[in-house]
Amino acid sequence: MPRLRPWLEERLPLSDLIQTLRRKTVPHHRYSLWYYFGGTTLFLFGIQVGTGALLLLYYRPSAAEAYESVQFIVTRVPFGWLVRSIHAWAANLMVASAFAHLFSVLFLHAYRRPRELTWVSGVILLLLTLAFGFTGYLLPWNEVSFFATRVGTDIAATVPLIGHGLVRFMRGGNDVTGATLTRLFGFHVAILPALATALVALHLLLVQRHGMSVPPSVERRAAENGQTIRAIPFLPHFLLRDLFAWTAVLALLAGLSTFYPWELGAKADPFAAAPAGIRPEWYFLWAFETLKHVPATIAGVSGELIAVGAMGLGALAALGLPFLARDTPRARRVVLWAGLGALGFMGAMTGLALAGGMP
Amino acid sequence: MAHVEDQGGRRRLLNWLLGIWGGGVVGSICYPVVRYLSPPDIPEAATLSVGAGSARSLAPNSGRVVPFGSRPAIVIRTPAGDVRAFSATCTHLDCTVQYRPDLQRIWCACHNGQYDLNGRNVAGPPPRPLDEYDVNVKDDEIAIARRS
Repeated sequence: MPRLRPWLEERLPLSDLIQTLRRKTVPHHRYSLWYYFGGTTLFLFGIQVGTGALLLLYYRPSAAEAYESVQFIVTRVPFGWLVRSIHAWAANLMVASAFAHLFSVLFLHAYRRPRELTWVSGVILLLLTLAFGFTGYLLPWNEVSFFATRVGTDIAATVPLIGHGLVRFMRGGNDVTGATLTRLFGFHVAILPALATALVALHLLLVQRHGMSVPPSVERRAAENGQTIRAIPFLPHFLLRDLFAWTAVLALLAGLSTFYPWELGAKADPFAAAPAGIRPEWYFLWAFETLKHVPATIAGVSGELIAVGAMGLGALAALGLPFLARDTPRARRVVLWAGLGALGFMGAMTGLALAGGMP
Repeated sequence: MAHVEDQGGRRRLLNWLLGIWGGGVVGSICYPVVRYLSPPDIPEAATLSVGAGSARSLAPNSGRVVPFGSRPAIVIRTPAGDVRAFSATCTHLDCTVQYRPDLQRIWCACHNGQYDLNGRNVAGPPPRPLDEYDVNVKDDEIAIARRS
């Protein structure tokens, strides 16, 4: 052992790394709690990679075998129910954690110069997380996921000119069939993880490069009082708090997975009617409810096109936010209200969807 | 001077050649990949007519979903006793519709779209009526066929 360290030292920049981490500090103020959501999202991503790899050992991506293979995992494989349940629950917690991270960064105005690219990579990562959710949803090949995929992919048909091509690209044909399952499986386990891993690396690199952003209100208050903003060392103070948060998330995940194991439902039947009460995952509920209330045509234009176009513009505005909003108190207020408006709309629509039963 | 200009020209030429080389490599990789991603068209024999089960077992004010080629169709018996058939694919977002006896309408569970007994979109988001099929009842067997 005593000789191992110098041997490694000569070959790896270990002491440089430790020195950098020792020097690193994290600002400590009344909003510091929100700094932990990025870390918990990363932790949940790690859990997804691990449990996803385990599920791959038994899962079979074909219309004839997918449902039965998941059934085999949850009924016959030791702890298979736990692994699948953790994968499904962690996916939901990861979406929640990523949304909390995005909105906290928005409300604390951490997207400002020089962190524009950190923000852009983060928004793309959130979109990738939703894509993970959408592609993974179909894989058990059950009734609900079958229709969710029919609806979800058909939404792309509203895009002018290339809509039909997009639908065929996502479905691997004209209809949702075994070809769609194989295709979404490929996206879910190969293409999306490769993209997400590269972007996570970039995102983390940028966070290390620029450090944590201090909210303008905290900066102003410190300047008014002639104080410097407190900071805590990353090693070990922040890291230990991070690990504590991760342990709490792990405990929550274990509790949810054990006491509320994820349902498998009935096998998909392409020739059965969509079951009553069908609805997508909670994070797509607001979009689902919006589509339900949009009339077929608005002033001669397809209502669906308008709704989908507005959502697309919203996503583009989120992506380009640091370039759209200047760094002035007035612009920050506009961003704050726009963020609250978006959050309020999504919350209200979700509430409406949860409250509304059958007609 | 002539020497420097000559070098600039050579540099431009080399940059062009490098650009063409790079573009060629990227293009020759991307083109097949993009083509590979778009699924081939598999020609399917157009289904003209299918059997849709027993007529007697289809009670008034009820409906049943049956396969029509690769897509579902819905056969309904109106409260007045007529048998009608439509495409069961909702014109809104591709869900499969069902018959709702309490509403006496064809209903889509996904976004609450409603069609009347003639397949006309009467409530909710569907933008178009359901395609109607011809119905023939021979003995006890319902046969539905695409309208020519």
